[in-house]
Amino acid sequence: MTDWSGYIGLILQGALVTLQLTVMGSVLAVIMAFLAGLGRVSRFTAVRVLATTYIEFFRGTSIFVQLFWVYFVLPFAGVTLSPLQAGVLALGLNVGAYGAEVVRGAVKAIGREQREACIALNLTRGQAMRHVILPQALPLMLPTFGNNAIELLKGTAVVSLISLTDMTFQAQVVRAQTGSTLIPFAVILMLYFLMALAISHGMRWLERRVTRGLDGVRS
Amino acid sequence: MEWDWNFVWQIMPTLIDGLKITILATVLGAAVAAVVGLLFAILRMTAPKPIARVTSFIVEFIRGTPLLVQLYFIFYVLPDIGIRLPALLAGVIGLGLHYGTYAAEVYRAGIENVPRGQWEAAKATNLTGRQTWIHVILPQAIPPMIPALANYLIAMFKETPLLSAITVLELMNQAKSVANSSYRYIEPMTLVGVFFLVMSLISVVFLRWLEERYARMEER
Repeated sequence: MTDWSGYIGLILQGALVTLQLTVMGSVLAVIMAFLAGLGRVSRFTAVRVLATTYIEFFRGTSIFVQLFWVYFVLPFAGVTLSPLQAGVLALGLNVGAYGAEVVRGAVKAIGREQREACIALNLTRGQAMRHVILPQALPLMLPTFGNNAIELLKGTAVVSLISLTDMTFQAQVVRAQTGSTLIPFAVILMLYFLMALAISHGMRWLERRVTRGLDGVRS
Repeated sequence: MEWDWNFVWQIMPTLIDGLKITILATVLGAAVAAVVGLLFAILRMTAPKPIARVTSFIVEFIRGTPLLVQLYFIFYVLPDIGIRLPALLAGVIGLGLHYGTYAAEVYRAGIENVPRGQWEAAKATNLTGRQTWIHVILPQAIPPMIPALANYLIAMFKETPLLSAITVLELMNQAKSVANSSYRYIEPMTLVGVFFLVMSLISVVFLRWLEERYARMEER
């Protein structure tokens, strides 16, 4: 009988790396989503083109190809990244591109009369965005952001292929050492699922918080 | 290291071979996803409560876990219980199951969007269940689904590089083996990226066209 406690520790260590990647990747993704999403509705053509290029490029190729490119090709350009940095960078930029479309859609969905009211009140564009448009657009973005965060969590499995010791990688190690396949993979599938559940519940809680006080404002 | 065009032309045939497998996997995976998705959608909508609930859980589970781990599961765990699948088949099943859960949602939304009046009218004109589905419900439900389904087809196409992890010799794996034997990473990796980017930009144009065409049909 194999001693499972050591192996469970290994998988939990991997779970920690997966969590770390998910959190750091999400932070980068949110930043990129707002930068590129607001960039797409900018009044400057150059900013719009730049944002569109970024979004189309990262949505057009898969996370796997981007990750390999960041990890294997960038070193030749003189940028050497650790696997963790490469993973966070690729995941954040990839999911950020999807998030940017969400931000753009939500900002566009705010009615014309709100913008007209801002002009009537003599708010600057920045003030209008910060105090009027974004507070209303945020609740519209959250459900899709939740889905994107789950996509990011699922994307983290790919980093095991650039030898980052995340949960999937550790499961492979356990498989190689014990010869048992069912247990490690079943365990990590459960753990991934639990993390995805936690994200979707957390997002629902957040949604309730930001919509508090908005009832009746919008029909 | 400099970009070398000679090397690019030298590795092109290998990459094209890989691209063929990538496209084959996408097409087969899409076929599996279309069937599996329909099955999930029907089970969730019409099966008795306990079965519908189990199906919902399975769908949620598949959607909440990474495709890569599911592929490992199919490729490494199933042989333990006597099911030994070739790599490509395992990959196609994995892709099909994963995207089938997404397709199921599209089917469900499409079918639920057919107004209640249509069901009632079908009943009033004494159509059988089969006739109702084939002549009334599906012709109205399918066109609005097509853009969404095509969207997932493109998403699936972009996920096929994951199959390289279970030893399918598709585009990414060919590029990796070329890179590993020649120690040149820039050309193969960049070319893979370019291949995917070009193919998905083309499919985006196609998708816009589909959306326009079927959105117009809805207005009629």
